[in-house]
Amino acid sequence: MIAAPMIEIQAVSKRYGKGPAVLETIDLYVSKEEFVTLIGPSGCGKSTVLKLISGLTAPSTGTLRVDGMTAANAREIVSYIFQDATLLPWRTIRQNVGLGLELAGASKKRRSERTDALLELVGLRHVADAYPRELSGGMKMRASIARAMATNPRLLLMDEPFAALDEMSRDRLNEELLRLRAEQKWTGVFVTHSVAEAVFLSTRIIVLAPNPGRIHATFAVDLPFPRTAALRATPAFEQMVAHVSLRLRSALPQ
Amino acid sequence: MRRHVVTVANALAVFAALLLLWQLILWIFRVPQFMLPSPWAVAKALVARFPSLLQSFAITAEEAVGGILLSIVVGVGVALIFAQSRWVRRMLYPWTLLLQTVPIVAIAPLILMWVGAGTFSVSLIAFIISLAPIIANTTQGLISVDENLVHLFLMHNATSAQLLFKLRLPHAVPSLFVGIRIASGIAVIGAITGELYAGSSSVGRGGLGYAISYAYSQLQTDYLFALVLAATVLGFGFLFLVMFLEWYFLHHWHESARPPDVE
Repeated sequence: MIAAPMIEIQAVSKRYGKGPAVLETIDLYVSKEEFVTLIGPSGCGKSTVLKLISGLTAPSTGTLRVDGMTAANAREIVSYIFQDATLLPWRTIRQNVGLGLELAGASKKRRSERTDALLELVGLRHVADAYPRELSGGMKMRASIARAMATNPRLLLMDEPFAALDEMSRDRLNEELLRLRAEQKWTGVFVTHSVAEAVFLSTRIIVLAPNPGRIHATFAVDLPFPRTAALRATPAFEQMVAHVSLRLRSALPQ
Repeated sequence: MRRHVVTVANALAVFAALLLLWQLILWIFRVPQFMLPSPWAVAKALVARFPSLLQSFAITAEEAVGGILLSIVVGVGVALIFAQSRWVRRMLYPWTLLLQTVPIVAIAPLILMWVGAGTFSVSLIAFIISLAPIIANTTQGLISVDENLVHLFLMHNATSAQLLFKLRLPHAVPSLFVGIRIASGIAVIGAITGELYAGSSSVGRGGLGYAISYAYSQLQTDYLFALVLAATVLGFGFLFLVMFLEWYFLHHWHESARPPDVE
């Protein structure tokens, strides 16, 4: 049996107003439980792909379906993690994590059960009643991830979520993200500038080239799961990173 | 703590120096009492007529509070309308500037004519003069929400009511407080100015502005000075009250409401 893809993007182009094309005839299929990373130089339209999948912006031409639905209708099964933690500063961490459920009208009891479980999962139970300003960048990002998980998404869109963090926190959060994925079986679309991060996380890497944004190369990452910190020191991992880096360089404008 | 003691000591030293200078001017230039009373005479007037001064103080405070509260209700309401679209703002925002530019002294007699003398019309004057900063600051707070936060809410299929009450309004609270802080100062000035025209519905009972014009007409300059002092205290009191409320509501989460860690 062939599973219906989570995301089908067919011949999608995107331009804003009368400006130049940001994306030019993109075709992309993402199967359920895949983890696909988009990587490429600035201006290649990586973030625009995520905005299209989330329905925050509509394609200029072409068709796009998420789990067989229009992007806007599929929002219930989608969560978005932004580059900044985008926590509401006037809410405690617990209240922030419960935001999605609150907006969906979940009961108070269900909300507190779910948020407590998630805070435990991302290791923030001890700061549940703190305000975001009291937390480090890494902790804020953890809260942001917990908030995205709260609504039980089946598709997770992540727009450079760890770009602002130091390398140690970034590695730790990469490992945690994979652990969460193994438990919860969502499909992931991830955007990053870091090749190592892309290789560590993904089942497939898509290199985009700029002006206009288009698919330059695709790599299947065959490294076995579960992936742990030790993987980063293996020759197979380093080889893959070198391989992708080379192709990424060829995507840069001369 | 030590720093606070030094600050207070400095302020007191300056105050003492000013009193001394004041007394020196009286001695050197032999200024008559009705033009410039001595600090001692002012203090005596203050003590002797403290009950009526307190009454005037209370009336003006009440009028200014009334004006501010009305400003907050109307100002936030107008800001909510302004936040709906750029088009609405462009159409209507310039008119709020009119509130700031029209001289209140010119409006006061009109209010008096239309509404009649008394505390209500004074509150109305305080309201008119303090409305603009509340509209301007609250509107700014409502529309300056981070785009990603709006996207976050949209991703959760938030209703427009949820966007307003769970995102835009809480985000605008610090700006609203900036508006209230500015408004509180000018509302007191507005109330006192208003009282000069529309101060009292019955003779002998009125706010600080009314009492000031009455003391002036009677050449009770010492009492006049005491009243000016009371008006200043009222303005300061207002400012501190607003700053306290600002701290109380915002210190959990907002940068501006917290004391700096290092100086």
